[in-house]
Amino acid sequence: MDEEYDVIVLGTGLKECILSGLLSVDGLKVLHMDRNDYYGGESTSLNLIQLWKKFRGSDKPPAHLGSSRDYNVDMVPKFIMANGALVRVLIHTDVTKYLYFKAVDGSFVYNKGKVHKVPATDMEALKSPLMGIFEKRRARKFFIYVQDYNENDPKTHEGMDLTRVTTKELIAKYGLDDNTIDFIGHALALHRDDRYLHEPALDTVKRMKLYAESLARFQGGSPYIYPLYGLGELPQAFARLSAVYGGTYMLNKPECKVEFDEEGKVCGVTSEGETAKCKKVVCDPSYLPNKVRKVGKVARAICIMSHPIPNTNESHSVQVIIPQKQLGRRSDMYLFCCSYSHNVAPKGKFIAFVSTEAESDQPEIELKAGIDLLGPVDEIFYDVYDRFEPVNEPSLDNCFISNSYDATTHFESTVIDVLNMYSMITGKVLDLNVDLSAASAAEE
Amino acid sequence: MRHFCFRIPTTTIHLLRLLADTKSLFQKPTDDLLDMATTGPSNLNAKLVLLGDMGAGKSSLVLRFVKGQFLEFQESTIGAAFFSQTLAVNDATVKFEIWDTAGQERYHSLAPMYYRGAAAAIIVYDITNMDSFTRAKKWVQELQKQGNPNMVTALAGNKADLEEKRNVTTEEARVYAEENSLFFMETSAKAATNVNDIFHEIAKRLPRGQQPTQNPSGMVLVDRPTQGPRASATCCS
Repeated sequence: MDEEYDVIVLGTGLKECILSGLLSVDGLKVLHMDRNDYYGGESTSLNLIQLWKKFRGSDKPPAHLGSSRDYNVDMVPKFIMANGALVRVLIHTDVTKYLYFKAVDGSFVYNKGKVHKVPATDMEALKSPLMGIFEKRRARKFFIYVQDYNENDPKTHEGMDLTRVTTKELIAKYGLDDNTIDFIGHALALHRDDRYLHEPALDTVKRMKLYAESLARFQGGSPYIYPLYGLGELPQAFARLSAVYGGTYMLNKPECKVEFDEEGKVCGVTSEGETAKCKKVVCDPSYLPNKVRKVGKVARAICIMSHPIPNTNESHSVQVIIPQKQLGRRSDMYLFCCSYSHNVAPKGKFIAFVSTEAESDQPEIELKAGIDLLGPVDEIFYDVYDRFEPVNEPSLDNCFISNSYDATTHFESTVIDVLNMYSMITGKVLDLNVDLSAASAAEE
Repeated sequence: MRHFCFRIPTTTIHLLRLLADTKSLFQKPTDDLLDMATTGPSNLNAKLVLLGDMGAGKSSLVLRFVKGQFLEFQESTIGAAFFSQTLAVNDATVKFEIWDTAGQERYHSLAPMYYRGAAAAIIVYDITNMDSFTRAKKWVQELQKQGNPNMVTALAGNKADLEEKRNVTTEEARVYAEENSLFFMETSAKAATNVNDIFHEIAKRLPRGQQPTQNPSGMVLVDRPTQGPRASATCCS
């Protein structure tokens, strides 16, 4: 390890592994280390024994739950938007060939005490019990406007400049009621709070289009896909990309102390008495705790169940969004469920997550409304983790630190962070113009 | 016409394999999909992983098998660690997806995904290097821990052309292989000795009538030019 590298990457979370892969492909000499003896860092998937060690302080999970290695329990549960940025990165890097995906069965929204399918198109809006008959027609018109909207074609803009008109003003034009706005904003545009109402409408319109186009891609019940064996496969696949292009991998490296020169610039990383020299360090917040600040925390419950989430059409993989207003909260709550159909649990078992941006220190109480929707559970684990963001100036110290994973249900914000970091590290912009219009060979 | 259409019953699990290799799209994947969907006994897809020490000749074996080439000073694997090659065995064809370690074996950081769904493994050592044989045994143990139990495993004593520098006897390796239910061959990627044979032997031993790898049936997600008009979001709800 006594060599000089262009970049040393610390932590094998998804963000770090994507960056490691991109940098190695660019021809940089990369050393990638992790203090853990497994890949994935905060975004790993744990087997049953690892799960018990983390939350129960024991390595003896009950036998009736089945074999430990049949479990892949995500530590940061998210789905992949079928037309989203992560799929673009997967195709751009050709990492797709290491992974198998399945569509996610269902996408639902909680409204007035009930769980409903999310209507994503004008046709679905007409069928949805979420709205009354007149509201449906108004919503249909709005959906058609969004579907037809083309940023580069002013004819589709109906005289509105969406970079200036707020979402609230746009929606007001269609006369939609608050209830409709709530599910459009939170379950379709996937906003986490209500700030979007006062921001330019373009972002919301683009998010709705992404949802609808992702949904149309596989004609399944949701706009999402998810890898077999859990999200922990993603960092491993990008790590493989990095290794294939010459990246060196070392797991189980204690300490990983980042060294600085007298000017405060990074100059190497020390582990087990050996120092590897480098020009830049890329890492997650846990490796440079003095250069990050806490910006929030995520509360979550992880449940092992023997049935799908009730009222979701027996979906074996599903997302349910509970918009903040429905529970009188400031941020949305999410249910996320996967099962043996994605090889994350043994036959007959389901893994469900309830998560939200924490507003208290009592996840049991805070998450109760979501947990109540799950029905009986075999096991439940509660957890609260802090979210950090970097406060350093990378141009001064050459340290590039990722943000902690947020509570969103998909990877769009994750990839935005990665792309920004990539640009800061290399001074280049990654061109993700891959052809997404071609969906599936089996579809037609 | 190799572009098939078939409908998947809604109850069927949808498997999406993201592929970006444009060339193969119109040929292999669609075919394979149908094979998988119909579970044809005459065509198999099999993931094969290579294990063994750095310098034992893993990449050279693959290069010889897939491209018929040998490079005297093969660099450590860079840029390509994924090959596929189709073999005809008796009345069947076997398409190997061959995974090389990409150097991740060096500091024991091979990811679990490497072993996932592997139907076969070749553990490679260098007959001139006793250490590499000792570590091959460690790889056998690792495979027993991580791999699927029905995996077809071969032990390859590579560099058999360097007889004068031999440090591992054929007998010792043969006995070890027998004790551990591996099949054993000495190979030379340089002289092209037993290279095709070892892959053929694996192909013959693969269990028939079932896909040893991933879940069956589903859809393939690809990056390719659009063919014909596509349904818009409006009309396919």
